Amino acid sequence: MIRLGVPSKGRLMEQTFDWFADRGVRLSRAGSDREYAGRVDGVDGLSLVLLSAGEIPRELAAGRIELGVTGTDLVREKLPGWASEVAEITPMGFGHADLILAVPTCWTDCDTLDDLASVARDFRAAHGFRLRIATKYHRLVRAHLAAHEVADYQLVDSQGATEGTVANQTAEAIADITSSGETLRANHLKILHGDPILRSQATLFARRAAMGPDMSAVLARMGL
Amino acid sequence: MIPKHAKQAAGQRLLAAFRAAGAVEIAPDVLLPAETLLDLYGEDIRARAYVTADPIRGEMMLRPDFTVPVVQAHMESGAEPARYCYLGEVFRKQDMGDTRPDTLRDSEYLQAGFELFSRDPAADAEVFALFHRLLAPHALTAETGDMGLVMDAVRGLPLPEARRAALLHHIWRPGRFQRLLSRFSTPATPRDFGAVDAPWNGLRSRDEMAARIDRLRADTAEPPLAPEWQDRLAALMALRAPAPQAVTRLRELAADMPAIAPAVDRIATRLDAIAAKGIDPDSVIFDASHGRSTMEYYDGFTFTFTAPGRAGWPPVASGGRYDALTAVLGRGRAIPAIGGIIRPGLIAELEGAA
Repeated sequence: MIRLGVPSKGRLMEQTFDWFADRGVRLSRAGSDREYAGRVDGVDGLSLVLLSAGEIPRELAAGRIELGVTGTDLVREKLPGWASEVAEITPMGFGHADLILAVPTCWTDCDTLDDLASVARDFRAAHGFRLRIATKYHRLVRAHLAAHEVADYQLVDSQGATEGTVANQTAEAIADITSSGETLRANHLKILHGDPILRSQATLFARRAAMGPDMSAVLARMGL
Repeated sequence: MIPKHAKQAAGQRLLAAFRAAGAVEIAPDVLLPAETLLDLYGEDIRARAYVTADPIRGEMMLRPDFTVPVVQAHMESGAEPARYCYLGEVFRKQDMGDTRPDTLRDSEYLQAGFELFSRDPAADAEVFALFHRLLAPHALTAETGDMGLVMDAVRGLPLPEARRAALLHHIWRPGRFQRLLSRFSTPATPRDFGAVDAPWNGLRSRDEMAARIDRLRADTAEPPLAPEWQDRLAALMALRAPAPQAVTRLRELAADMPAIAPAVDRIATRLDAIAAKGIDPDSVIFDASHGRSTMEYYDGFTFTFTAPGRAGWPPVASGGRYDALTAVLGRGRAIPAIGGIIRPGLIAELEGAA
């Protein structure tokens, strides 16, 4: 039996259900709306597990599910060496979001990563500590800034309301997921020019160690 | 697999040799306050060191190296000249990229180290010769460099102070350094900063931004750096040769870059002192870019001993001069310091293979 992990609530769950329905597989909650067990119609050998999107990378790596729907951002952040653990079967065309760096809109001298590196150097000299970037994507942001040789910064952990950290003066810049940028604008932040740290979307992942005839049969039934 | 006790035994032999060379053994804590290390090394160290939380002391780090606690111990109670040695574990995470490596590196390994706090200019040769003697049985490749040389070359560029300072700041980040140098070598394009129409937000002040904008505006009036300076700097950075040949070449380069002449004299004097200790100078490689890819840490003489034919091995031993680090940790009080470490685990492996 191939176990498929799907986000357990909200728009991401509905869009995932629709995506599978388009491929002849009907996913649904078993029983009431509050129950996290699922049922599958239209294909044999597949069962449904409803999980928090953030737990799906870990559950795939641990072998408690064999297929999973989650964002590329979460897989890359939470699974070191992810490409050895899981395979991207297909992007699903929804849940688009970019991981970006944003700074106060009032910083008219700071539009690029090179500007940020220079501002960080001045900031550290003026304040005696490194410029703070609030994020929950520690690994991705650190790897991106290391690859671009940005120094003089530090990451501060922010698990929510990250856009508010600048006004609260607990950070000078933020790195977060954004789709429309509206929350950023409302908090007087602007996105740095250039490529985002990562372009993410909902993606069907398979656990590499579980790839075999059973999984191939399930994927083939959906035309994958 | 080399058993752990064999690595420990190799470490004990090195420690005894360091003691015989006049060093006092010290045993720094394994758990160190994270703040000092993070401030010194930045986020890179967080990717490499194990960070843990203490309910009272706050964020703590499993010792990623010995230098910082040894310097702190000396600053608190020592008097120069002072020689210290130590043997113990350091802990390093392997931060994986997209794929899992075939073989995992050790997350903890032994370091045997020797640090010398002294104002005597002969200290460089003393430490290098000590490491050279202890490592002689293993036929390693000795490579040296001098960050002071590269820094003096940058200080000698005909550039305004702000541009020189920016280059010096990024000397350990070769890509960013090169981009800055290219930018300074082409005519500057004026930039429109617009007006602030958003409310002021965050801790960075309007004055700080105004100061940077003034600096950037003043910078656009600067003439570009003449192209020969890029070539001279590139020729210097690319220099890698047996040390006596390197010194000859450095003297040639100094004809066009007079700012490096004192550093070249220092390097020549050091090489003579090393030769006077019975080391064949032709067996020592001088690489002008040696030490540029390490952490921002060494600012003078640097050295490594690597095992030929062991691809993927880190240096068996490494060290260098870190005067600026003592200035940061000493809050203004700086002590000339040089030191290095040997990895007893790798020595034990070389002995096991022999």
